[in-house]
Amino acid sequence: MDEALEAVYRADRGRVLARLIGILGDFDLAEEALQDAWVAATVSWPTAGIPDNPAGWLVTAARRKAVDRIRSVTASARRQRAWGELAITWDLGGDSEPIPDDRLRLIFTCCHPALSLEAQVALTLRSLGGLSTEEVAKAFLISETALAQRVVRAKRKIREAGIAYRVPSPDELAGRLGAVLAVIYLVFNAGYLPPSGAELVKVDLCDEALRLCGVVIELLPHEPEPVALAAMMRFQHARRQARLDDEGVPVTLEDQDRSRWDRTEVAAGLALLERAQDMEREGPYGIKACIAALHVAAPRSDLTDWAAIVRLYDRLLAWEPTAVVRLNRAVAVAMADSPSAGLALVDDPDLARELEGYHLYAATRADLLRRSGRLDEAAASYRRAREQTRNGAEHRFIDRRLGELGVLGPDVG
Amino acid sequence: MRYMLIIHNDPELHPTPGSPEWDQLMADYGEFSKQLVDRGLTFTGDPLNDPSTATTVRVRDGETLTVDGPFAETKEWMSGYYVVDFDSLDNALAAAAMVPSAKYGSVEVRPLAEM
Repeated sequence: MDEALEAVYRADRGRVLARLIGILGDFDLAEEALQDAWVAATVSWPTAGIPDNPAGWLVTAARRKAVDRIRSVTASARRQRAWGELAITWDLGGDSEPIPDDRLRLIFTCCHPALSLEAQVALTLRSLGGLSTEEVAKAFLISETALAQRVVRAKRKIREAGIAYRVPSPDELAGRLGAVLAVIYLVFNAGYLPPSGAELVKVDLCDEALRLCGVVIELLPHEPEPVALAAMMRFQHARRQARLDDEGVPVTLEDQDRSRWDRTEVAAGLALLERAQDMEREGPYGIKACIAALHVAAPRSDLTDWAAIVRLYDRLLAWEPTAVVRLNRAVAVAMADSPSAGLALVDDPDLARELEGYHLYAATRADLLRRSGRLDEAAASYRRAREQTRNGAEHRFIDRRLGELGVLGPDVG
Repeated sequence: MRYMLIIHNDPELHPTPGSPEWDQLMADYGEFSKQLVDRGLTFTGDPLNDPSTATTVRVRDGETLTVDGPFAETKEWMSGYYVVDFDSLDNALAAAAMVPSAKYGSVEVRPLAEM
């Protein structure tokens, strides 16, 4: 019974909380009331049975609990405001009616650009994913106290600065949706490439990101970018088993054992990509998903259609004219054309200045020097990359490359 | 909710009086205020003279200390403000992006603490 209860709660929690925030107009009060309602459910459901409409039951119970809380708490101004709204909405609908889906309002509020990125991630994972602050802090290697403070500050800002609980208007939607997708992709990457030293959490952040993306797709079915992001994450997920060798050292895309790629995930990604492309509106995630699709489509790395990838990066630059995109394009040019052609782009003074200190810049440059046969310079650049990262697995990868170059490893320990 | 749009300028980037850019900026401010009026928003706002005209006053142990200069010497300085009543932060941010000086400096958006 306990597991069945948990499953119901987990499935409905996001919707119920989203609705309660809509009714109560207050994140904290909604969370507390839901907690109370859940405690009541664990008492009532095992004997009375799980209700037909658990979400409706929880919303009704939480409203009553919220009234109790407001009555018992010395009424501060904001709680009185909440009380006023509660009284107005009290009689709307019984607990047999399906509850309105407010999750989209909740997602856009949690991912509001006026909040810090960490707060956006934490609020999203807590409210829609049901993760605890402790779990989020561990996954992102932030102290729990620091994260809790950011969440408190963010909730206060939502209230005090008047961040509205609403879905953005059509003319704002594209930009605001970008912020939501960025948070989801950040969550995915935290699960895919955990920061070094991060403790394992019981919740799989990759699955969590895919689930959140699924919610956005369900609620905004005519937007191509969420579907494209889901495709991209599927392609990345497909390579999960091949991305590290037995010693935990990262394996480059070129050297991965492609028979270990998950074909079911690839197929799922391709189906999603097709669905996104059918909507015929280009966006950055659509382009990135196409690039990922060209990688997984190649049976061997030397059969990759690098010329097509270069053209996709050209289009991506129009959306995201960033140094990192330019660096990735340079790698594609090196593979499509020649290492020296790629190196010329990497050595562009503006790019070098902008990416100075970024270890993947030095590592990419080292790789292109290696492919050009300029081994001493390659070794120097690998050593620089080694100094710029503290990740142990990256160190082992670089040391291996240095060994292959036939030059002595770094003289640092 | 009332918000203050606090305009900060970097004098090195900002147009100087007499230049065609300045004339354009003044015309843009006229247009901005007109849009606030057209949208029926309640607002006040004024430009400020530059920090070299500022005097800072402190009262310590009952004694008034008067010093030449602004509260803090920074590269960017506050050059004006609007106080506007908006229904949400989103609309305040949209208006802030339309403040003509946002192109040269920055506009800080802060809700007024309603006492």
